[in-house]
Amino acid sequence: MNAASTTISSRLTEIAGPSNVVADPAQLGAYEICGKSPGAAVRPGTSEEIAEIVRFAAAEKLSVVPTGARTKLGMGLPPRQYDLALDVTRLDRVIAYDPGDLTLSVEPGTPLRRLEGVLAGHKQFVPLDVPFMNRATAGGTIASGVDSPLRQFYGTARDYVLGMEFVTGDGTAAKSGGRVVKNVAGYDLHKVMIGALGTLGVITKINFRTFPVPGAVRTFVASFPSGERALDLRHRVARSPLRPLTLEILSPRAGELLSSDVAARIEPGPMPPSALAKEQWAVVASFGGTGKVLERSELELRRMAEEAGAAGIVALGDDKVPGAFGRTREFVPIALESGAAATILKLSAVPARMQQILDAAAKATDAAELRWAALARGLGVIYFALLPNEESPEALSRVTRAANDILAECAALGGNAAIPWCPAAWKSALPIWGPDRGDFEQMRKLKKVFDPHSILAPGRFAGGI
Amino acid sequence: MNSRLLHDLKKLLGRDGVLHKPEDLMLYEYDGSVEVARPNCVVFPRTTEEVMGIVRLASRHQMPLVGRGAGTGLSGGAIARQGGIITSFARMNRILEIDAENQRARVQPGVVNSDLSVATEHLGLHFAPDPSSQKACTIGGNVSENSGGPHTLAYGVTTNHVLALEVVLPTGELLHLGNSALDAPGYDLMGLFVGSEGTFCLVTEITVKLTRLPEATKTLLAVYDSVDDATETVVEITARGITPAACEMLDGWTIRAVEDYVHAGFPLDCAAILLIEVDGLREAAEYEGAEVADVCRLHRAREVRVARDARERDLLWKGRKNAFGAVGRLSPTYYTQDGVIPRTKLPATLRRIGEIGQKYGFAIGNIFHAGDGNLHPIILFDARDQQQFRNAVAASDEIIQFCIEVGGSITGEHGVGMEKDRLMPLLFSEADLDLMRRVRDVFNPAGLLNPAKVLPTPKGCGEIHVRPVPATASGPFSV
Repeated sequence: MNAASTTISSRLTEIAGPSNVVADPAQLGAYEICGKSPGAAVRPGTSEEIAEIVRFAAAEKLSVVPTGARTKLGMGLPPRQYDLALDVTRLDRVIAYDPGDLTLSVEPGTPLRRLEGVLAGHKQFVPLDVPFMNRATAGGTIASGVDSPLRQFYGTARDYVLGMEFVTGDGTAAKSGGRVVKNVAGYDLHKVMIGALGTLGVITKINFRTFPVPGAVRTFVASFPSGERALDLRHRVARSPLRPLTLEILSPRAGELLSSDVAARIEPGPMPPSALAKEQWAVVASFGGTGKVLERSELELRRMAEEAGAAGIVALGDDKVPGAFGRTREFVPIALESGAAATILKLSAVPARMQQILDAAAKATDAAELRWAALARGLGVIYFALLPNEESPEALSRVTRAANDILAECAALGGNAAIPWCPAAWKSALPIWGPDRGDFEQMRKLKKVFDPHSILAPGRFAGGI
Repeated sequence: MNSRLLHDLKKLLGRDGVLHKPEDLMLYEYDGSVEVARPNCVVFPRTTEEVMGIVRLASRHQMPLVGRGAGTGLSGGAIARQGGIITSFARMNRILEIDAENQRARVQPGVVNSDLSVATEHLGLHFAPDPSSQKACTIGGNVSENSGGPHTLAYGVTTNHVLALEVVLPTGELLHLGNSALDAPGYDLMGLFVGSEGTFCLVTEITVKLTRLPEATKTLLAVYDSVDDATETVVEITARGITPAACEMLDGWTIRAVEDYVHAGFPLDCAAILLIEVDGLREAAEYEGAEVADVCRLHRAREVRVARDARERDLLWKGRKNAFGAVGRLSPTYYTQDGVIPRTKLPATLRRIGEIGQKYGFAIGNIFHAGDGNLHPIILFDARDQQQFRNAVAASDEIIQFCIEVGGSITGEHGVGMEKDRLMPLLFSEADLDLMRRVRDVFNPAGLLNPAKVLPTPKGCGEIHVRPVPATASGPFSV
């Protein structure tokens, strides 16, 4: 340890206490981002300590990456410089929960699973059924902007985060929004914090709107000989009066991945063996409500599935819901664990173009002689996993070729594309944040307002922000 | 007004594209709020290019620039507080595209809110945000103000339904935010721009989501002798796993004012009524309607009516939607507040509002979105009387103060505008406001776009900027 890092450690110790500073390189490996370890890690206990640490970092020009459970540090680009991991997991309190008002305030380090427990007592929940669910924190989930199958009905975090407190890059504590379910006072700064990977501020408090849990939830899996027919069911449901909570389309290999041992390890819930038939596309849809609503939903879904040419449809018993549901939710971690160099593209398009996007992606991937698996959310968001057999220069060149073709095709079809996950060593070779965007210049200016010294997760975000 | 600028504007927009005579400008000095200020001229662009031209001219002449839809706003957002050019979007009122398959519509900012729902009804779709002014207010205005309405509890507010914006920055730059596909990579600038109250940009095109119309709707009216019982009903409905599409409350005073005018059959001697709507699949509406009726009775509703058909439903809603019109008959002027409270605090808040009314000698009616705790106290006063006007503002401030004390907000859907900018420090610290100011300056660096709105100007703190207005200026619409 050199003199500079000793000074840094001693100052961090002053702020957060000796047991909350990590300087031992062996332990710092846990905070690695794309192969880079920080110079130190600090675990503050309060938002005041966070502000103090950021002020210190700003004065010393130290770059800071906020971290939670560290499940999604592989997203985005590696930081240009990584001096300090700001581990917020000690800020793990539920600050306030008012079930009657449908509001919940939590600190960023609060594990989502614990929230579930708190809310269940009042038959409420926050519809964040996100990947890495069993470990993820509220802060990391919001900062990474990952979505959930439940967005079909409940929307994404931007629809139910009511307000936030955060520390900006100059160490100032600020907030926006509030803790009521409806509010238009001031600019919605918290909207830009969602999915910003910590590049605009360190989130210190999040206010959520909560939702009542539906009376019961039932999930169905319909299998189809082609993706076209599976999508046809999606379109029929969209035109019907049904209001599914989730609606996901799985390619045959996605079905295989979700039925694998890896999947069982990540999400141990039972998986009905017949549900995901071999070599078939599948539509997984769930509905909420009471007896008659579920009966009607089932009836209509079965009818529409038959009209769309389904090979079969299985109703999962209510007790099996978490398993099947859980595995579609965990598609990304399952795909990442299933191969040496899984590269996952996130593609979006208007629903009527999903077929073209899927076809183009499959064609480009087949041409590059790569295996692939796709999970498409009914609203038009597709997770397309390229699955090379190994992490090699040759595999990278195939992946690059396929990814570039897919991104170009997606742009031509008016869609959005990015590569949120790939092997660390490939980050610099792949267009991680997708094509250049017209509003990038405004984003850069916004970053300068929030983080004038560019110390917050520098380089992690789109366009090198 | 600078004759060179006027000449240039006429050259850009044609003679019929510019108003500048005092008698014409008078029509544009107010909106739905109680504020007044006269612009130097009003311009009517037809295209995005013309909007860009206007912005460049305003910038060259250092003239303030304010966007305006239908002028139904309730916080002075469309008023030229420091004079300058009002850009009316009245002529950019075309629905450009309806894409039923993908449930999208692309519209110009001047399209009237309900016109989009009317145009898409035959497809089984609608534009969900439904402010009570929806027959007049524009979607551009909705975007600027992030407007709500009675059905936001289940369906969300404007920001939840906007997918993409084409905007012109005050620098003259054209910018596209979001697109019709979801999750554009990068910061959610669109989310930041919606609700920026015309201080970041002029919106020239909007892509919105269209929502499928529910198969069935059940509308219930529950009559209470106590506000507490009505409040408990609202909380219990959620506890039973039901999110009503709408959940509106009217207090006794308002009920009597409304009934006298609308004849909706509201009982005259009650303390409160709840108007609750549930929708969805037939089976869901049936079940939830029955559950809601059960909860109402359990919490001592003395009467529960269920609309049997569309006509009865319309009658129940007529009472709610015309409430502000009814109140308008009773007083030369009224002032509608828009505070938000955690909804369990309703009884205490209504008691406090009653006390404040007594203190200043005003009748205050209460109509509100009980489901989301968004209040609309209506203070009746005579604006021709300077003292009454000052008292109305003071009473309103006391109500807002209470909303903040119980953990609420100063505005749920009307916006801050020029009405509540001086109240912002009650909710936000100097650091919060400074950050918001610097964010605004990113997009509006010279401060020419809608100046002196949303954020308090340092010297403006505590000042009352408004002057009394004639009775006719009181807006017929409110949420």
